[in-house]
Formats: sequence, C-alpha cells, structure tokens
Amino acid sequence: MKAHRKKKLITILSSLVLLSTAVGLLLYAIGDYADAFYEPRRVVNGDAPLNKTIRVGGLVTTGSVKRSKDSLYVEFDITDNEEVITITFDKSLPDLFREGQGIMAEGKLVDRKTLKATKVLAKHDEKYMPPEIAETLKKSHKDGVKKMEQQGEKQKGRY
Amino acid sequence: MIPELGHFFLILALVNAVILGTLPFYGAHTQHNGLMRLASKAAIGQFILLLASYICLTIAFVQDDFSVAYVANHSNTLLPLRYKVTAVWGSHEGSLLLWIMILAAWMAAVALFSKALTSVIRARVLATLGLISVGFVSFALFTSNPFERVLPFIPIDGADLNPLLQDFGMIVHPPMLYMGFVGFSVVFAFAIAGLLQGDLDQKWAKWARPWTTVAWIFLTVGIALGSWWAYYELGWGGWWFWDPVENASFMPWLAGTALLHSLAATEKRGAYKSWTVLLAILTFSLSLLGTFLVRSGVLTSVHAFATDPERGLFILTFLGLAVGGALALYAWQFDKLKSNNNYTLVSKEIAIVLNNVLLFSSLLVVLLGTLYPLLADYLWGQKVSIGPPFFDPYFSFFFAFILFLIPFGQQMNWKQDKLSKVLMPQLALLGLAIIISSLLLSWLASELLLWPVVGVSLSLWLTLACLAYVVKLSKNASSFLQGIKKIRRSYWGMLLAHTGLAVTTIGAIVTTFYSIEKDVRIEPQQTVAVGELDIYFEKFDNFTFENYISSQATLKVSEDGDHLVTLKPEKRRYRVSGQLMTEAAIHPGLFSDLYISLAQPLEQGAWAIKVYYKPFVRWVWLGALLMALGGLLAVSDKRYRQKKFTKVKGYRNES
Repeated sequence: MKAHRKKKLITILSSLVLLSTAVGLLLYAIGDYADAFYEPRRVVNGDAPLNKTIRVGGLVTTGSVKRSKDSLYVEFDITDNEEVITITFDKSLPDLFREGQGIMAEGKLVDRKTLKATKVLAKHDEKYMPPEIAETLKKSHKDGVKKMEQQGEKQKGRY
Repeated sequence: MIPELGHFFLILALVNAVILGTLPFYGAHTQHNGLMRLASKAAIGQFILLLASYICLTIAFVQDDFSVAYVANHSNTLLPLRYKVTAVWGSHEGSLLLWIMILAAWMAAVALFSKALTSVIRARVLATLGLISVGFVSFALFTSNPFERVLPFIPIDGADLNPLLQDFGMIVHPPMLYMGFVGFSVVFAFAIAGLLQGDLDQKWAKWARPWTTVAWIFLTVGIALGSWWAYYELGWGGWWFWDPVENASFMPWLAGTALLHSLAATEKRGAYKSWTVLLAILTFSLSLLGTFLVRSGVLTSVHAFATDPERGLFILTFLGLAVGGALALYAWQFDKLKSNNNYTLVSKEIAIVLNNVLLFSSLLVVLLGTLYPLLADYLWGQKVSIGPPFFDPYFSFFFAFILFLIPFGQQMNWKQDKLSKVLMPQLALLGLAIIISSLLLSWLASELLLWPVVGVSLSLWLTLACLAYVVKLSKNASSFLQGIKKIRRSYWGMLLAHTGLAVTTIGAIVTTFYSIEKDVRIEPQQTVAVGELDIYFEKFDNFTFENYISSQATLKVSEDGDHLVTLKPEKRRYRVSGQLMTEAAIHPGLFSDLYISLAQPLEQGAWAIKVYYKPFVRWVWLGALLMALGGLLAVSDKRYRQKKFTKVKGYRNES
C-alpha cells in the first residue's frame, strides 16, 4: 500500500471510530428517555411498568366518555378490540378526539387497568392514523380471524 | 384536458432531466463545448416545463376539476379562492410538485447567475442538479402523480382541504421551507462538481457561499414561520415540540449553519476544504432524510401524511444512491483537496472548528433522538417515543457552549491572535451581563432559577459583545459615524445574525420557564380572576362563513379595573369535513402575549377556557428574522456583486 493511501485509510478509519463512539454513547443515554408504547392487552397482561411514562393507543370505546360537570376532568376507555383500559385526563382534549377514533395517550399507569394521562394525541386529519395504533388494530384483527378460523375448524370436526 | 397537459409537461420534464443529468457530464469530461452549453439551456427548459405543469394543477384546483383525484381529495367548491390556489401544496402529491418546481427554479437561477464560473464547473453543477431532478420527477410520476383521474365516477364535490391548512401561516410556510431544503441541493451540486475536478480553489468557495447563505435564509424563515403557525393555530400555546418533522427541518439548518461557518474559513483562508465538502454533502442528505421522514409516515408525527411504504422505499433508495454515490466520490477524491493548514491554536480557524464540532454534536443529539424510535422498532421490535425530556437538556448542553464561544470567536483574527487581548474585556462584559440579567429576572419573576439566569446572561453577553465589536471596528476612523460607515456589510450581517441568536435564546428560555397556564371555568356574564387579570364573559355568538360555522366567545379582559383588551376565541366547525378547530385569541406584545383559547363546553352555557401568559415568546421568531436579515446583509456584500473575479493575491488577512 502506498504511503498516501495508508494515510487516507487511517484518516477514514479513525474518524469512523470517533463518530461511532459518540453515537454509541448518545444512544446509550437515550435509552433512559424512551417512552415505550403498549397495546391495551399488554397493559392488562402486566407487561407495562407502573410509575414510568408510557404510551398507550387504541380506539375510544363508544359511549365510554364521561366528562366532569364543572372541570376539564374526563374519563374514557380505549380498546385494541381485545382488552379495555380506562384513561383519565384533566386537560383539554384535542379537537379531533371522538368516540370510535384512534387516539394515543401518554402518562403513567395507576393500576393495571387505568392510565393517568398527561397528554392525549388524536389523529391529525381524516386519513392519518398513528402507525402504532394501525398496527395494533391490524394485529388484533389478524389474531381474531385466526381464532375464528380455529373455532371454525373445531366446529367442522364436531359436525 | 388541462390535467393531461400538466401530466405531459411532467413527463417531458423527466426526459429533459435525463438529458441534463447525463450529456453535460460527458461534455465536461471530453471538453465538448456544445454539450456543456446544453446544460444552461436544459436547466432553464426544466424550469419552464415544471412551471407549466404546476400551473396546470393550479388551474385544475381553481376550476374545481374533481375528476382529478388529488383535487377531489383536497378541495371543495366552498373553499375560498386563495385557499384553492394554496391547496395545491396542501398534501403529498402537490407539495412534491412544488418541491421539484422550486428545484428547477434554483437550477435556472444557477444557469442565469453563474456566468463567471468556468464552463466545466457550471456544466457539472447543473448536471448534478439534473440528476437530483430525475430522481424526484420520477418519484412524482411513478408513485405520487397529482394528475391522476378518478374516472368514471367523478365526485360531485371535493372532500375539502384540512382546516388546519386554511390559514395564512400555512400558505407561506411550506414554500419557504422548500426553498431552503432545495437550496442546499445547489451547494451539494457545487461540492460534487468540486470533487469531480479534484480541486477547490477560493473561487469555488466564493461561489458556493452566497448560495448556501440564501438557502439558509429561506430555511431560517421557513422554520420560524412553522413555529409561529404551530403557536397560534394548534391552540396549545407551544412553539416547538421536538416533533420528528420539526427535527427534520432543524437538522439541515444545524448542518447548514456549520457549513456557512466552515465555508467562511475555506473562502478566506483556503482551510478545511475536505470538511466543507463533507458538510455540504451532509446538509443535503439531511434535507433528503427530512423528505423521507415526512413522506413515508414511518414516524408518529402531526405532519405524517398517509402511510405509504412504496414511497418510503423510493426515497430511501434515492437517498442511498445520492448519499452513497457522493460519499464514495468523496472517499476517492478527498485527499486531493489541499487545505491551508497555516494557523495557530488561537485563531479564527480554531474558533470555527469549535463552532463546527459543537453544531455537529447538537445535530447528532437531534438526529439520534429522531431516529431512535425507528432503530428500537427495527432492532428490538419495541415501539418507543423520544420527547422533550431527552432533547431539552442534551441540546441545551451543547448550545450553551456555542453561546459561550461566539463572543470570542467572532472577533478572533485569522491565522493568529492573542487570547489575553480578548479574554479580559470579554469576561468583564460577561460579569456585567450576569449582573444585569439577574437583576432583570428577579424584577420580572418571583423566583430566580439557575437555567434562565445562565441562558439570559449568555445571550445578553453575546449582544453586548456584538455592540462592543462594532465600537472596536469603528475606532480607527476620524469619527464614530465614519467608522460605522466603514464596516462592511458582511460584518454587519454576522453581528446581526449573532444578535438574532441571542434574541431567540432569550425568548425561548424566558417563555419556557416563566409561562403561566391556567384552565378556568367561566359562565356567561361572570367575571373570573386569573392572576392580576379579570376576565368577563360577555356573550357567546354563532356566525356563518363561506365554509365554516364559527362559535365565538366575547371575553373582556381588564387589569386593575382598567379595560385591557377584548378577546374573541373561537371554535370552528368546517361544514364539509365536519372537523372542529380551535382558534385561539391572542393579545400580542413585545414582552408578553395573553393567549386565550376555548377548551370545551361545560354544562349550562359555561366554558372551560385556557388562559396563557407567554412572556417574551415573540422574541423567538423576532430573533430568527434578525438571523435571516443578517444573512441578507452578508449576501449583499459588494464582493459578491463583482461580475468577474480578480485573482485573489495570496491570503488576505482581515481582522
């Protein structure tokens, strides 16, 4: 290898090492600040930690919204079509919050069934659905279909 | 017919771009003059074709041609004309067309205003832009064609434009931002042309620098407009959310700011050539990354359009090709760029290195925080989000160092300086700034917090240092006024931009730490006390407008019994989509805003309202405007207006 090539290689390699060290350190630090997302069924299962900020997403159950008469306090249920958890919130809800629509709540779990939210995000326009929620619903839909098929097969056997 | 015409122009533009992206390269390689001259003509042609195509889409909107799917989804007969024209960039397909039209406008500008460049460099710059155009025009044609028809079932009326976008801020914000994003592609093209040539002289830097500055000005204004819009339109009174898409525009800004500074060293001293080129590539890559993040819907963001993996894949491939190709070329050629390393430890060169290291570090914070959720999902299948608790402290950490170093760096001499000469006066100014800001803050607010004192002191110090520098620069003249006149515009530009940074920082810090937010229940004819203010709910009315119904509360605000202002916050219901929108009412002021929005109706005609007191919030955008103005002054410096460059004799040593 010629001398100037060697020098070039050393320059490239050492800058890559330096950069990846910096990236590694930062990524290590970020881990502590990551708010994880959970589907309602994982919350009910006990996968989600108490006393740590998490995000939960799902559809607002129709008829579940209970507003307080003289303050902003509100309670509602969200579901991934499998399990239901209750969200409590004492700030104003976004304009696009509606029953039957996908929302995301950020906050801490009070118990396995209740989340005290500090932030509620609704979808931004008619088409947009947060990817997490879309996936959650797709997953539980798929599982549901599978279950039905299995049941169907069982029933086939029976008859 | 007209949409077909638009589609046809778009196809022609693709063909033209392919010609522009190939033949001039060959011409530059073989020294074929005809092929090189072709570049300018093709670039101007590209602009005309895309402008025509863009006008066709606008006509389709104005004529309510709902046989075009894009028009049907984003317009409506009830929509006022001004919003029909701006609805063109209201969603993905149309805003992409705007993007490539602006790219072509930049190309035409380069073709027209770069007569002093050698024909080889000009041909290569334009051809590189042509290749970028090929990528984006085919992206539009193959994955997001705005001219697609919905035949045979033509809707009778359109689905309306998202109400959030029916607003002045939204009319000007995207084009500004795009001008900035796309402007950096010009700098990228300059970098590629320089690398192909294997040599960057100071003429190269002198040419690349004003283009970078202009792109940076647009980006600065674009980001500030977006922040201002979010503040008054979203109704939560915030001005920056560390949303992935905000970050996507902020990252090219940070890289572009670093680039501006290192270009100064390259132009004036011939230093850091290879690093400057790398930064130019990086800045453009971040603009592309931003486009990818916005368009693919991979991240949860208020800006995310409908998720479409095909589009995401296309941009990711294009990003890979463009960045990979540029970096490969860079790795091949960078050691040919001979930089001038003749400087000492105390010099402006070193100050610029520190500036770049710090800006790059804060860029890394924003980049990793934005991409971490993607990484976590891909590696561990875990859905996470990163918010202000991470960004605020980590970004501020590096930013504080930047603020601390500017007063020294901006008045350092090139090549060699004495620290002792700078250190004592600056530290004296810093002491003064700390005293003033502590006094001011303890007078303004009830309690003295550490971070506001640090931030405001540093900002105040920077402002004082800028003033002191003006005094110092004007010292050698017969009178102060004569001295002031002698300061060059590029210096004024720098000082103004740095002052702008101080102003923005003061605004950001004070409004973050001292804002007051109250949720209040109020009944008609009732007076409620909020802090020192009395709010009287006079009446509640409904009004009908072109395409929405407005429910308006009339609130009379008084202070110590004196009437201060009447605010009318609204809830709007848009008739076509049925969407509900909150319109906050703001009483703006240079030192504080009073901001009231209707939260939600309670029983018996009562309302829950949000009352915000936002001190110094205007300073955030005012500072950004000062920065942009500084950029304008720097670009208008007379050395950029010389038609032909006289050869630079050695390295001028300016102080």
